[in-house]
Amino acid sequence: MTKHQANWSPYDNNGGSCVAIAGADYCVIAADTRMSTGYNILTRDYSKITKLADKCVMASSGFQADVKALQKLLAARHLIYQHQHNKQMGCPAMAQLLSNTLYYKRFFPYYSFNVLGGLDNEGKGCVYTYDAVGSYERVGYSSQGSGSTLIIPFLDNQLKSPSPLLLPVQDAITPLSESEAVDLVKTVFASATERDIYTGDKLEIVVLNAEGIQREFMDLRKD
Amino acid sequence: MFRNQYDTDVTTWSPAGRLFQVEYAMEAVKQGSAAIGLRSKTHVILACVNKASSELSSHQKKIFKVDDHIGVAIAGLTADGRVLSRYMRNECINYNFTYESPLPVGRLVVQLADKAQVCTQRSWKRPYGVGLLVAGLDESGAHLYYNCPSGNYFEYQAFAIGSRSQAAKTYLERRFENFMGSSREDLIKDALISVRETLQGEKLKSSICTVAVVGVGEAFHILDQETVQQLIDSFELVREDEPPAPEAGDAVADQSEASAPVAEEGAAPMDI
Repeated sequence: MTKHQANWSPYDNNGGSCVAIAGADYCVIAADTRMSTGYNILTRDYSKITKLADKCVMASSGFQADVKALQKLLAARHLIYQHQHNKQMGCPAMAQLLSNTLYYKRFFPYYSFNVLGGLDNEGKGCVYTYDAVGSYERVGYSSQGSGSTLIIPFLDNQLKSPSPLLLPVQDAITPLSESEAVDLVKTVFASATERDIYTGDKLEIVVLNAEGIQREFMDLRKD
Repeated sequence: MFRNQYDTDVTTWSPAGRLFQVEYAMEAVKQGSAAIGLRSKTHVILACVNKASSELSSHQKKIFKVDDHIGVAIAGLTADGRVLSRYMRNECINYNFTYESPLPVGRLVVQLADKAQVCTQRSWKRPYGVGLLVAGLDESGAHLYYNCPSGNYFEYQAFAIGSRSQAAKTYLERRFENFMGSSREDLIKDALISVRETLQGEKLKSSICTVAVVGVGEAFHILDQETVQQLIDSFELVREDEPPAPEAGDAVADQSEASAPVAEEGAAPMDI
């Protein structure tokens, strides 16, 4: 008797990479805009980034149908929060909500690899990184998605992240200026695009700071 | 309305075909402090009187945002109003989640009315003791509805509910024909004048009234106190210079006391 195998999967991987870097008073969140399935491209112009609250932006790679469902759910929960508390959700609150929402489907997960970026309650940049079932951690920078294995070591090298195992405990914030961080993100994606077939087409960069939210685009290789 | 043997249960009819418990619920609306609504083609304004029970306490919140395109003003048992607002908010969120478009006001109002009706036909429930003025925008334009504890609802060009609302209604009846073409500012001015009518000579200040606006290209929001005070100041001055109403001979009527609503023994209030 062999185990009955499913002849279809409810999941698909639409590829792509996401990055977020936290600064002293800003946060940069970026993702490519290529959506693929297998070796094919579905579209070159799909945003993986969504604004959840005034000070909180999420970038997600993985199965975009699950990502879309997750984004809608969080948006609805945010509306409820605003009605009850008469204010927007802060980034740390949204981070916990996202974790709980993901774990809720622990036994049929959202195939969504998330990176949350924003400003914390003191106005400092914060980045939270997640796995598919809600395990999360506040970090100074992170990457998720198909290019993450190429991107993270490079960011480690450039941002000299303090290991959480070292004592004394060091701040998770990156000592870069906002424009330096944006340039770093552009460099990182240009490199990842060279070697990862699922990353490319266009780069969407979102910067959150005290002035608000700015968005810019940069072309990437289309091959 | 007097105590009688048919008014104990909401599920008991009187020989005249009335449900007294429902009518008593509507009395509760009349006891609440006034709420006023008026609309033009593109905007709807809600205004209400905020009477605190004592100088030490804060005001009751009587205007609620339900969604970007819908807001509600309540009169009566404000606790019931809060609960119904929460229901309305949920309905809007769920509809938007499923259909990715805003819930049409007309639909929401029907759902609200059906919810109220249920409470008039269950022996273990009581009717909601709150009247709601629902202001909203949808594809067919700006709308103002009034939802009754009885489960009835009506669409209005302008309406007022709560205590001394008759004074406001008298003013609105004189002016409503112009509302459809009114500008946003004129509409707010009319709303503030209506509120002043219900105050019976007491000075109109931004601390005792709340004004909210929803319109084409303008999400539902409550105006802040400073803005309201500026608006009050701008038309109070005008009032001293010229006769208050444009129609001839109405200057005297404006000043007179509004008569208290006479309790009718004949027609049931729901039939009006």
